[in-house]
Amino acid sequence: MKKVINNPGDVVEEMLEGIMRAHQNSFQKIDGVNGIVKKQLKDKVAVVTGGGSGHEPLFFGVVGDGLADGVAIGNVFAAPTPNTVQEVAKTVDSGKGVLFIYGNYAGDVLNFDMAAELLEFEDIQTTTVKVTDDVASAPVERQEDRRGIAGDIFVIKVAGAAAEKGLSLEEVTAVTQKANNHTYSIGVALSPGTIPDSGEPTFTLADDEIELGMGIHGEPGMERTKLMPADELTKQLMEKLLNESKLTSGEEVSVLINGLGSTTLMELFIVNRKVAQILDEKGIGIHDMDVNNYCTTQEMGGFSISLLKLDDELKAYYDAPAKAPYYKK
Amino acid sequence: MTTTDVNKLDASQTKQMILYAGEKIRENKPLLTKVDSAIGDGDHGIGMSVGFEKVEENLKDKEFTTINDIFKTTGMSMVQSMGGASGVIFGTMFLGGVKSLDAKSELDISTLAEIFSASLEAIKQRGKAGLGDKTMIDALEPAVNGLKESASDSATLLEALKKAEDNAAEGVENSKKYIAKFGRAKSLGERAIGNQDAGATSVWIIFKSMREWVEQLNK
Repeated sequence: MKKVINNPGDVVEEMLEGIMRAHQNSFQKIDGVNGIVKKQLKDKVAVVTGGGSGHEPLFFGVVGDGLADGVAIGNVFAAPTPNTVQEVAKTVDSGKGVLFIYGNYAGDVLNFDMAAELLEFEDIQTTTVKVTDDVASAPVERQEDRRGIAGDIFVIKVAGAAAEKGLSLEEVTAVTQKANNHTYSIGVALSPGTIPDSGEPTFTLADDEIELGMGIHGEPGMERTKLMPADELTKQLMEKLLNESKLTSGEEVSVLINGLGSTTLMELFIVNRKVAQILDEKGIGIHDMDVNNYCTTQEMGGFSISLLKLDDELKAYYDAPAKAPYYKK
Repeated sequence: MTTTDVNKLDASQTKQMILYAGEKIRENKPLLTKVDSAIGDGDHGIGMSVGFEKVEENLKDKEFTTINDIFKTTGMSMVQSMGGASGVIFGTMFLGGVKSLDAKSELDISTLAEIFSASLEAIKQRGKAGLGDKTMIDALEPAVNGLKESASDSATLLEALKKAEDNAAEGVENSKKYIAKFGRAKSLGERAIGNQDAGATSVWIIFKSMREWVEQLNK
């Protein structure tokens, strides 16, 4: 795979330098660790997110007003270190506590948990919401084992808005957990991304094959099948999502169609059109549709569909203003 | 046992032994990447290399008076540089063992057994994994058992490390039989069977290289 890089070992550091130059008016970099926080911090509960690199614009792209206050950045596809998380949390804490939001992966859990333990010694209160939106990653009985994918966006959006409103750490955590419980996602992979360091693809698929439900690091999904027309594919994915979410006529959702890296906006809008048709047929109200590339895996081909099942509380937080380099409302 | 056999390492020798293990881990980066790519996300070799580069940076030109500080510096270097699950877990393999250990200026078999035995407990507590879950514990637990048995049999340091290495190798073999309960291989279910765990492979390389280093010292 051709990549525009220098020394593969320097990709994260050099990307961060580029990010900081582009967003120097709104971001500050924390010395010594790969952490970025907002320049203008407020007296409120702080929201910290993070994860491995390679999924840009997540997670740094949602650091901004009404969203996350800071981000801990790991090496490519590897969770950030505990001291990175710790330094980010210390910088953004205003004394009202810090909420950690990250995708549910073993490495992230270990490192954020260790950071939380270290922060306890410094009297910084933390809570955690692990995003578990990927319905294909574990059966409903083991919902807490599910992985986090593009649904991160919905969960961080709600958390950021609730924190901005001045809620307590406990209250922000509760509504963020609710947002996670109301978020359902499913993905499909067409082609792999490659790790810059090894140059190896994260998985292999034949030219005419796709994998339904495959994870963003190539974790196996539900079914490997032949490529099919967009409408048929979207129908199959939506069936699974509607089953899981038990959405019924009269309920309302926000939709996110997330490209994984190399799938074009043209294709994503074709999918979006079909998703809208299916929801219309079922009588499910569409509050908003966001077609974007938030959670990518390098040049991976494919997309995911996420639904946020709305109620009045979640809708108000979803609609609240937000402004970050890669998210605006 | 010949009279020339070394049964105690001083701080400087302990440091050299860990540096040598780090060198070997980095040499084996392609192997670890290959093993991890089969069922994981292929970053284990990269992560371990990053960790041991940091270990070298922080150990090499520093004088240590206690074994405790060497293990602590090694563990912290890994935790603070690697990230991922391996950063915390392999960092704990060195940190966890000296957390409540009295200051030691020499490393003998019983201290070695005590350190890694405490590390094993710390890792289990942190990662919530046990034997047979297809993690590094599949190699570390039998290796620790080997060290403990050797300590009570008053074996030589070399014999103890050889036993730990052999047990770890057997553990790596056994890990092939297991379904993964943690990490990204978990979602593979039965499909993970037949592949060895990358973390267990690293544990084996660490014990193997410690044995090699002590063997060279005896010569």
